[in-house]
Amino acid sequence: MSLSAVWISLQLASVTVLVLLVIGTPLAWWLANSRSRWRVPVDALVALPLVLPSTVLGFYMLILLGPAGPIGRFWVAATGETLTFSFTGLVITSVLYSLPFVVQPIRDAFAAVGRGPMEAAASLGARPIDAFFSIACPQSARGFLTAAVLGFAHTLGEFGAVLMVGGSIPGETRVVAIAIYEHVEMLEYGAAHTLSAGLLLFSFVVLVAVYTVNRARHPVLLR
Amino acid sequence: MLPLRSGLRAFALAVLLILTTGVSHADPVRVAVAANFLSPVEAIASAFEAAGGEPVEIVSGATGQHYAQIINGAPFDVFLAADQARPARLLEKGLAIEGSVFTYAQGRLVLWAGEGHQLPDNGFAGLVDHPVTRLAIANPRLAPYGRAARDALQATGQWQALQPRVVEGLSVGRALHYLATGNVSHALVAASYTYASGRPGGAWVAVDPSWHEPIRQDAVRLVNAPNPAGARAFMTFLKSAEAQSILQGFGYRAAGEVTEP
Repeated sequence: MSLSAVWISLQLASVTVLVLLVIGTPLAWWLANSRSRWRVPVDALVALPLVLPSTVLGFYMLILLGPAGPIGRFWVAATGETLTFSFTGLVITSVLYSLPFVVQPIRDAFAAVGRGPMEAAASLGARPIDAFFSIACPQSARGFLTAAVLGFAHTLGEFGAVLMVGGSIPGETRVVAIAIYEHVEMLEYGAAHTLSAGLLLFSFVVLVAVYTVNRARHPVLLR
Repeated sequence: MLPLRSGLRAFALAVLLILTTGVSHADPVRVAVAANFLSPVEAIASAFEAAGGEPVEIVSGATGQHYAQIINGAPFDVFLAADQARPARLLEKGLAIEGSVFTYAQGRLVLWAGEGHQLPDNGFAGLVDHPVTRLAIANPRLAPYGRAARDALQATGQWQALQPRVVEGLSVGRALHYLATGNVSHALVAASYTYASGRPGGAWVAVDPSWHEPIRQDAVRLVNAPNPAGARAFMTFLKSAEAQSILQGFGYRAAGEVTEP
């Protein structure tokens, strides 16, 4: 039971981070560069999962993704399956839940690159998309790494929302945080300790790695 | 420096005053209760207070959490568990008072069909031949109602066929929440929810209790109770005909109806 939960968590975290890098990068670019009056409200929306309890997200996702919900209805019509209690539903939930952890570091990295290099590239004849991939992205590598690692670690630690949307189905939606909760409730403190200590150690190592990389790349700024 | 320090002292004095005035009131009876039994215990507590008992402070939550809190010194006087296992464990550990354990209520199970869904014509036993998209039960490893639901499905030979469509809620309340939000077509939940004012729509039918082990909920007095006299008074009241008729009004079977196997 525990091993399959660890495996599901790793899969969920990997897929979530991939999806978030794909949709989070353009969003982060827009947030870093836009002068639109929508920028501030969108920034706030992205940050919402930081302050909301995950039960709020889980509660609304259960309604949105349910077979009668606005998103879930389309999914049922298209695939014949329900989104709730499925791995896909967990991915959608986790993408929202971990959104700020991926978007914000990339946004800040893009902002740090600034307009200067991009305008220089443009004056040398580079199209905006070329400048984006050959100037902005490499210069923001540190932000991307931080985003990927934090998004991954945060998804591993997810509990309330996945529990509500996933329904704890073994081999499908029972992630490691839920397995730990069940072990504690069943008074299996040994198994709970093993999983908890593993998660604790992993998260610590991940954060040490992120901070080390951030220091090495920015010796003057952060020391 | 001096004004700041005297300000701090005045603040500390004020805090101390507030804290001590809080304590100087009559000690309440602090009751840790399984979430499924919250509504009945609220009604029983007001009846207890109306009959001259001390004020009751209710702490509702998962029985496993309460158990862990009691082991770690939570200041509860009475523990109303959702099962028999946790009070028995506390007795073993010497944290519950010998001879104080009794079955205060016995739960019943109902099959609930959500709005837009039908109940099987021949009741619970016909579930397997019925259009069920998903069936929500409480987690059978954690929740007594979940175990009873699984037992009943197994006893009627429906577990194998239905299991791929079974969704587990963390608690019996979560299982019903899945039904209320339209995520499952059917649910096996506590009969007490059919008496709740905010219950979801749909229809329900009782599940024959002979298909599962009785869902006995045990109460126990705690060794480290801050208010042992209040605990004793509350437990006596819980056994009274008045309290037992209140809990019957919430869909539970009274302790007196419990027949030993």
